[in-house]
Amino acid sequence: MQIREKAQILDAADMDRAMARIAHEVIERNHGTDDLLLIGIQRRGVSLARDLQAAISRIDGTEVTLGTLDITFYRDDLSTLGPAPAVGSTELPFDINDKTVVLVDDVLYTGRTVRAAMNELMDYGRARAIQLAVLIDRGHRELPIRADFVGKNVPTSSREVIKVMVEEFDDVKKVVVGDLIDDEASDEA
Amino acid sequence: MFGQKHLLDLESYTASQILEILDTAENFRKVLDRPIPKVPVLRAKTVANLFFENSTRTRISFELAEKRLSADVVNFSASGSSVAKGETLRDTAENILAMKVDMIVMRHPDSGAARYLADRVPCSVINAGDGMHEHPTQGLLDMMTMRQHLGPLEGKKITIVGDIAHSRVARSNTWGLSKLGAEVTVCGPAPMMPLDMESLGCKVEYDLEKAIVDADAVNVLRIQLERQENQIFPGNREYARAFRMDRRMIEKLKPGAIVMHPGPMNRDVEISSEVADGDRQVILEQVTNGVAVRMAVLYLLSGGARESLGEDL
Repeated sequence: MQIREKAQILDAADMDRAMARIAHEVIERNHGTDDLLLIGIQRRGVSLARDLQAAISRIDGTEVTLGTLDITFYRDDLSTLGPAPAVGSTELPFDINDKTVVLVDDVLYTGRTVRAAMNELMDYGRARAIQLAVLIDRGHRELPIRADFVGKNVPTSSREVIKVMVEEFDDVKKVVVGDLIDDEASDEA
Repeated sequence: MFGQKHLLDLESYTASQILEILDTAENFRKVLDRPIPKVPVLRAKTVANLFFENSTRTRISFELAEKRLSADVVNFSASGSSVAKGETLRDTAENILAMKVDMIVMRHPDSGAARYLADRVPCSVINAGDGMHEHPTQGLLDMMTMRQHLGPLEGKKITIVGDIAHSRVARSNTWGLSKLGAEVTVCGPAPMMPLDMESLGCKVEYDLEKAIVDADAVNVLRIQLERQENQIFPGNREYARAFRMDRRMIEKLKPGAIVMHPGPMNRDVEISSEVADGDRQVILEQVTNGVAVRMAVLYLLSGGARESLGEDL
């Protein structure tokens, strides 16, 4: 699957500013960081959750506990696309019961990833609340899901692709919009 | 792409396919430790377990793996079934498939039965042991356990002790381990040693001590008392005297070397009770890993894995 880049939406400094604002909003909404957990969705959500953790720490000096979630085994498209290799792992070395969980992902699109993440979380316990933070909301929801914290709203067509790049996996930090070149790309849904 | 429809043997699998199963199994191993150790990947799929030969551990392990993946499970065992009334394997399979089954797990006393079935049914077939041919999921769980203790298996020295000729576990271990670059030594009484073992790339050793001194892992096979109707060896005591893993042998092992057994054990025949309960053995870890490895196989065969796409679902 090839992507032809059309435009850059955010650069590294924009991404940091968005994360700093989300950090303020998370603290404001939850009246501090008590009983708060950040859980990044593999893979790029994990990098962003780490950024959010650092941003929160710069504001109020606390280190919020971090976990990771790999939703591969909870996808709803196994029967149409077949199994994908599990790219990361779920690491939740803490009790989520009665905690407020902030799920962190890079792009909110159909909402199916978040649905899968919530199903998986519920297999670990009963969080007091689950909130959603995303860097980009590109629309085209297929489920009744919305984000609590959004870095940037980007209206897109479904033929376009939003690519969030983080240093950990892409060696650069930026967000671009592009077109799919490959015909099979319409499978991405 | 995973690129395999069936798991009939490890002989036809590549090293990268074996590693993909082992890596996926590590993720499922973590699922087993969760508060709710169940994931929905095989929801609405039906798996038939056809056991034409007695098995407790493997059957329960497969059934548990299937249930942990949310599959629906039907069990069929030869005793008390239509097989006893003379139905052929093909007719049995076709009847079960007519009930809309998505995957078949089969154990059969005849070598090649899994291949025979796979050539005749449209669904995926997983070999849970066919005669003296292969028992691929046992080979995989053994490799998973070795890898957890020893790290990457390339260059590791693995010794398999027992009735090599009649053992499908030995064959699956040998194929799998040699594909991953391990050095395999087989050890057992001469009448239990097939002639062609060197052609599989392994060393043959008839002296237990020599076979294990350099080993990183010793996989002790069960002496299959029920398959000894031809009296290949004089008796259990003679076998134990020369080939039993006991304290004397444990003292010869390298530090960090592990002792494995696929079960069920004949205590004090091929392995002494002291070793079977000792600090070198990893036998119950093998059993837990067995569930994870079977989950990985069922998952990867359930539709043929694809490359992961972008981050959006």
